Amino acid sequence: MRLPPVAITAIVFVVGFALCTVQFPNFASTRVAANLLTDNAFLGIVATGMTFVIISGGIDLSVGSVIGFTTVFVALAIERLGVPPLVAFAAILLLCAAFGAAMGAIIHVFDMPPFIVTLAGMFLARGASFLMSTESTPITAPLYSTVSDFALRLPGGGRLTAIALIMLAVVAAGAVLLHFTRFGANVYALGGSRATTALMGIPVGSMTVRIYMLSSVLAGLAGIVFSFYTAAGYSLSAVGVELDSIAAVVIGGTLLTGGQGSVVGTLLGVLIQGLIQTYINFDGTLSSWWTKIVTGILLFAFIALQQAMLGIARRAGPRKAGVLKS
Amino acid sequence: MMPSIMQRLLQTRGLAQIIALLAILAIDRAVSPQFFDLRMQDGRLFGSLIDVLNRGAPVALLSLGMVLVIATRGIDLSVGAVMAISGAIAASLADAYGLPVALAAALGAGLLCGLWNGFLVAVLGIQPIVATLILMVAGRGVAQLITEGRIVTFTAPDLVWLGNGAVLGVPTPVAVVIGMLIITGAVVRGSALGLLIEATGGNARASELAGIGTRAMILAVYVWCGLCAALAGVIAAADIMGADANNAGLWLELDAILAVVIGGTSLFGGRFSLVLAMVGALIIQAMNTGILLSGYPPEFNLLVKAAVVLVVLLLQSPRFANAGAVLGRARQ
Amino acid sequence: MNAASDPGPALLEVRGLSKSFGTLRALQEVDFTLRHGEIHALLGENGAGKSTLIKAVTGVFPRDAGIVRLGGAEVAPRSAKAAVDAGIATVYQEVNLLQNLSVAQNLYLGRQPTRFGLVREAEMRRRATELLAEFDLHIDVAEPLGNYSVAVQHIAAIARAVDQSARVLILDEPTASLDRHEVEILFAVMRKLAARGIGVIFVTHFLDQVYEICDRITVLRNGRLIGERTTAELPRIELIRMMLGRELAETTSERAAAQARQVGEICARFEDYGKAGYVAPFNLALRRGEVVGLAGLLGSGRSETARLVFGAERADSGSAAVEGRPVRLQSPRDAVAHGFGYCPEERKTDGIIADLTVRENIVLALQAKRGLSKPLSRAEQDEIAMRFIRMLDIRPPEPERPIGLLSGGNQQKVLLARWLATAPRLLVLDEPTRGIDVGAHAEIIRLIRELCDNGLALLVISSELDEIVTYSDRVIVLRDRSHIDELEGEAVDVSNILAAIAAGTTGAEAGQA
Repeated sequence: MRLPPVAITAIVFVVGFALCTVQFPNFASTRVAANLLTDNAFLGIVATGMTFVIISGGIDLSVGSVIGFTTVFVALAIERLGVPPLVAFAAILLLCAAFGAAMGAIIHVFDMPPFIVTLAGMFLARGASFLMSTESTPITAPLYSTVSDFALRLPGGGRLTAIALIMLAVVAAGAVLLHFTRFGANVYALGGSRATTALMGIPVGSMTVRIYMLSSVLAGLAGIVFSFYTAAGYSLSAVGVELDSIAAVVIGGTLLTGGQGSVVGTLLGVLIQGLIQTYINFDGTLSSWWTKIVTGILLFAFIALQQAMLGIARRAGPRKAGVLKS
Repeated sequence: MMPSIMQRLLQTRGLAQIIALLAILAIDRAVSPQFFDLRMQDGRLFGSLIDVLNRGAPVALLSLGMVLVIATRGIDLSVGAVMAISGAIAASLADAYGLPVALAAALGAGLLCGLWNGFLVAVLGIQPIVATLILMVAGRGVAQLITEGRIVTFTAPDLVWLGNGAVLGVPTPVAVVIGMLIITGAVVRGSALGLLIEATGGNARASELAGIGTRAMILAVYVWCGLCAALAGVIAAADIMGADANNAGLWLELDAILAVVIGGTSLFGGRFSLVLAMVGALIIQAMNTGILLSGYPPEFNLLVKAAVVLVVLLLQSPRFANAGAVLGRARQ
Repeated sequence: MNAASDPGPALLEVRGLSKSFGTLRALQEVDFTLRHGEIHALLGENGAGKSTLIKAVTGVFPRDAGIVRLGGAEVAPRSAKAAVDAGIATVYQEVNLLQNLSVAQNLYLGRQPTRFGLVREAEMRRRATELLAEFDLHIDVAEPLGNYSVAVQHIAAIARAVDQSARVLILDEPTASLDRHEVEILFAVMRKLAARGIGVIFVTHFLDQVYEICDRITVLRNGRLIGERTTAELPRIELIRMMLGRELAETTSERAAAQARQVGEICARFEDYGKAGYVAPFNLALRRGEVVGLAGLLGSGRSETARLVFGAERADSGSAAVEGRPVRLQSPRDAVAHGFGYCPEERKTDGIIADLTVRENIVLALQAKRGLSKPLSRAEQDEIAMRFIRMLDIRPPEPERPIGLLSGGNQQKVLLARWLATAPRLLVLDEPTRGIDVGAHAEIIRLIRELCDNGLALLVISSELDEIVTYSDRVIVLRDRSHIDELEGEAVDVSNILAAIAAGTTGAEAGQA
């Protein structure tokens, strides 16, 4: 009876995939599956960071802009300044870390709503990327062609690309960090209650800084992956990705008010959005806006479900579980 | 003594915003000497100042609804998407059915969107930011569904007039904003609504116990916000004589929130001012125009906006005010 | 000062502790002594200073004066965390653990066993299971804490505190939402801790439980220490007197005024009115010009009765009638429409709207009653505000000042004005004099008398028995969430109320006879 939200997400994904397969016989192939991972690699990475932020009770609206900024930064550094790609990557990740830390510090020190602070961050990062360049800059560095050529061949013709592998690695690392470390436990604790967490002796301030740092660094990494994917840097790239990643997190069963959720659920949430997109591509007559509508419906379904569960829990009161032997 | 002077200025309601607006206009005048020039052409006023008012109209309309929502301690992220929906409806219907039908349908859609948001917040008790996120994501898809992904253009002259015409020399969008400000002001301050909204936002529990129907109050402000957004969408579509579901109203919800916050209404609810929210919208547009006139790329805007958000919020932050007070005391 | 007969070495000593909030003196030179291995009850009504004492000792509030010694060494923690580190742990009624984490994570948050940076989940669960087994609690520690009953959560919180080497354990109303069986389990845990030499401070309003488990009792009232006694040597009625009463002689002359009053027709009547698990069904008739007092200990159902009467909580049995006509009170809105008013106990969270002005706070209920479409003009608002500011002597007499800046007594007067402006037939006042300094206190009581002279029916809750006796025509005594006795006329005096509270059912029988 008591199905965790992530199980419902998994069921939605499996049922969706099965329906697609029934309608399009060649849907169930490693090629489709591998493409699903490749096309949504950057979203998977950034949504992993968003999962941490949302479970801790916050939100990060700046990630889409950070991705855009990163692609421009990387493209200009490599193409205009001739910086070796790996050095450019290191520099941008450091910059992102500082950016996220600053947002987290402002949120904590001035006790401001994360929504509005990261909104300022969103304007700042997008504006800065426009200032650097408003045109799309193609990246021709040899590393880029090497990376895009690399792929693990799967039986059935699928190609598990490098960026898909990076995404899977990030999700795996994120899952370990969230579910098996003290840091992860503290993230859940913050989402449960900031005041209680502080009373229990957890340094709330440094946790907040580190969580937003993580989100920004992963957004930076997503930007690097996005630049691999498009082989270009463009200041208008990844507009609206913050919404897609929030949607993926919520559809993945994470409570938007914090305290509950999982990285694996988020991956499933990303894949469900990708699945809708793939279905639309296969169908050929449907248009891309159905992705948004279906995503919105799923979003509502999951939010309503969580609200209903909260309501039931409140009405029933705490379960009298456990054997009390006196 | 700086903090105490600053605090006193901020306490004089609206003074800080007016000074900010005047300062920005002065800067605009400095970068563009013709800034305050006005001329009459074809029965309509032209000039940079009029341009600020005209281009600021959609955000001003959005802030008119948003300020009431924020006063109840809520937020509406979906207004940009609602603009896209109503614009798409108006543009699709205008040529075939004429302005009255198109306008009624567009505003009706806005009303429904507001009702939906209000239902989620007031009845289901979902956090406003979460509840309105749903329509923010799905709404733009709905708009694209209506336009079938194309940019729908129209030629119906009366709808075009709504975006480009003039009333007594004043551009129609500006006239619409003034009209809506008067209507909203009359409804909110002419009835007891304003007081009851401020009470609800200030302390919902106490308001409930004082016999105020807080749920109905919250439902009403989201409906009004949807209606204002729909009107903004129609005007934005009329301005470009077409509906672009992808870009209409994109990120304008953030500008509207910013305008409200600049106008001194706290994100934590309570006191609000319609006029100062309008001033906030003007400040944003005057900055946009100024940056354009000074030859900086328009993208520069975002950086300035980021800085403004931070400064305004820091000034509003209770902790910052405390720090200021402590500093002031230490110096005395 | 409290040289007890067998002064074992004191574990926790508090001397001369004072704490003020603005003009309100919440604690005045309070002494408190806790010995090794004792269970010590800290008693008093709301506002007596129990919470303030706990919070001043554990560093949640800075203290104005006084010292705290733990095991002979002076301690001055500056946060709850520092207090835990020093060895003083507090478990609040609202358990300060995280409902969404597993029991094991809650026990070891921030100090989980790790290897190579990874939490050793199995090891942590093993330790958690062992730790809880010490308290005879055998549960699956991997389940979220929120899935367990409040009793389990309390024991988990105690276990965490004890495992962090607490020497003093403060339990703030731990039994408020526990059933009898759970209380016994908790008591077993407390006895076990005391046997280990840990000092337990037990804050509660259940006197039966105090007599069952506590070695000694300290009573506070109005921020002052009333006394410290050994439980065995303190009769129950004497304890209640310490908590509620003053000297009887002070009030006898005041009673005359109340008795001379004329009471009118019944204006509101409640029959078999109640809500399961909230307040047992009661009969209550309120007459014009009559003050009915609700007396009882904290948690006896006084505020609950008030909230039912005002529709803030929906009754599930019985009927209500106003002026003889049956009415339904589903919400405060309904109650206001029928001419009821309610000044809640928690003035700050449930009463005032801090950002709004005095004028706006005064006209609020009247405006809500008139409806949206009939706004009071600014001139009418000003007139109403000034009328009540003058009538109730609200200070400063500035209608445009935000109410949050006023003193507690003046805020209370504004709330009274809010309801008087609606010309109510019944006004419910829950602890109208709580947290108000002495001068304003007398004034509020004078106002209550005047109001009922003008034909208003009043239902007043107060923990100050002599105060209730002063102005009430009738007093209803509550205990364990039911109305157990009613005193009228000559019978209204402090000792009769005390006897009814202490005796419980026998008092009720006497009342019916």
